[in-house]
Amino acid sequence: MATTGGHVQGFGQTNRTDRWWVGPAATAGGLGAWLLYYAWAAFQGKYWAAGPYISPFYITYTHPTSVTDTSPAYAFWGMWPEWWPALITPALILGFLPGTFRVTCYYYRKAYYRAFFGMPPGCAVGPRPVNYRGETGLLLFQNLHRYTLYLALLLLPILYYEAALSYSWGGELGIGLGSVILTINCFLITGYTLGCHAWRHLIGGRLNCFSCDGISEARHGAWRFTTWLNIRHMRFAWMSLYWFLFTDVFIRLMSMGYLPDINTWNGISWIADFH
Amino acid sequence: MSRQRTLRVWRGDGSSGQFEEYTCDVDEGMVVLDLIHQVQKHHAPDLACRWNCKAGKCGSCSMEINGKPKLSCMTRLSDYEEGAVIQVQPLKTFPIIKDLATDVSWNFRQNERITPFTPPQLPEDGDYRMQQVDVDRVQEFRKCIECFLCQDTCHILRDHEKKEGFVGPRFMIRVAQLEMHPLDTVDRIPATRDEYGSGMCNITRCCTEVCPEHINITDNGIIPMKERVVDRFYDPVTIVLRRVFGWGKRA
Repeated sequence: MATTGGHVQGFGQTNRTDRWWVGPAATAGGLGAWLLYYAWAAFQGKYWAAGPYISPFYITYTHPTSVTDTSPAYAFWGMWPEWWPALITPALILGFLPGTFRVTCYYYRKAYYRAFFGMPPGCAVGPRPVNYRGETGLLLFQNLHRYTLYLALLLLPILYYEAALSYSWGGELGIGLGSVILTINCFLITGYTLGCHAWRHLIGGRLNCFSCDGISEARHGAWRFTTWLNIRHMRFAWMSLYWFLFTDVFIRLMSMGYLPDINTWNGISWIADFH
Repeated sequence: MSRQRTLRVWRGDGSSGQFEEYTCDVDEGMVVLDLIHQVQKHHAPDLACRWNCKAGKCGSCSMEINGKPKLSCMTRLSDYEEGAVIQVQPLKTFPIIKDLATDVSWNFRQNERITPFTPPQLPEDGDYRMQQVDVDRVQEFRKCIECFLCQDTCHILRDHEKKEGFVGPRFMIRVAQLEMHPLDTVDRIPATRDEYGSGMCNITRCCTEVCPEHINITDNGIIPMKERVVDRFYDPVTIVLRRVFGWGKRA
């Protein structure tokens, strides 16, 4: 149906002649594939550790019956109790908490409103015909993004702790490919977290006067740094998301014996070399 | 060397109309507005099109070119495939007056709803003082040329037609410009939520994508305003801090 200006109407309808659907389709594919992998990895509860490396999906030690029963000494939370249901893996909990941060993230909101909800699917492309209320009705919870940020900030030191422990095996300091991968994972997630719009607001954006006193000037410096990260928020969002997954894949394949690590402890070493 | 391009133009008024095609000679470096002028000169002198500076600074020649909101004076013909027909239409969000000219007066009425800049009483020496660092942010918003492309592409106004509930991105950054100004004394947060409709925006960033002045409308204007609304109405911690310690109140 066309309006009086010759504009077509209806869901997904547009007068655009470019390939506007590539962006939302790629987003849907990228996010969908990640979520499928996460669901599979989280429920599986196996192959989450190899040698000194522990998957960021599982930044806590889990059941001792695990396939790769590495030393629990480096685990942040220690052993999980025997009575804990095996189906509720640490990955489910520790994926859900930072997951809320990503779900309410201002960048991801754009991504999934366009890719999954068609609100709208693209610029100047017809949205789903609903009684639109924006983020005032059911979506009012998006306003609590800063609380999910606090959760994400709490989890950051744990990621760094686990990455730091990957530089030690059998009481000997060293470095391995896995240590580097885990460290890059920490940096990317830090870059994503500190580029958050809510953080940018809290750190200095809420001020109207940056020059009023020393504290405001310091906050302006922090705000400028956050702004630099914020401009690259989308990039950090995707890189950290997929590096997180890649880290899990690396440790998984290593623990399954399909991939060796290269490190200062054993040279090129397979999972058996760590036992 | 002169070549030819075909322009497909919407011709009509607010009640009816149709597309008509015109083929004209074009030269290297021409923009879509040049092609429209060629059509006016050689084929349709009654073709209505608003324009003024032809330099991307007056915001008059906004229209939809191949379905995308753009300034016709800043859109080169060479951006489109050689020989392909270029389609131009009026902005969808506003009522059509004739052909490519639309009535954008709704925007001016939104501007009137916003309390103007209200500085404090002049100091005794008669000079306001502020530092550049404090006005850097608001100067970005002052680049706005009021082309209303952001208003046109905003799906809340364009497709959902919620013009009563949301002033649109252009006026969200106008409010942000005033709210962030170090000398402004008006508390604009309640109106931002209740009258201007900050909660209606779902951050899909189309306004930022079409802005010819490259103003980061979403990240620097709308989201900071939404966060200030959160401070005031949704964050229990800042609500308590403000009530108990007076934290975050304007000087």
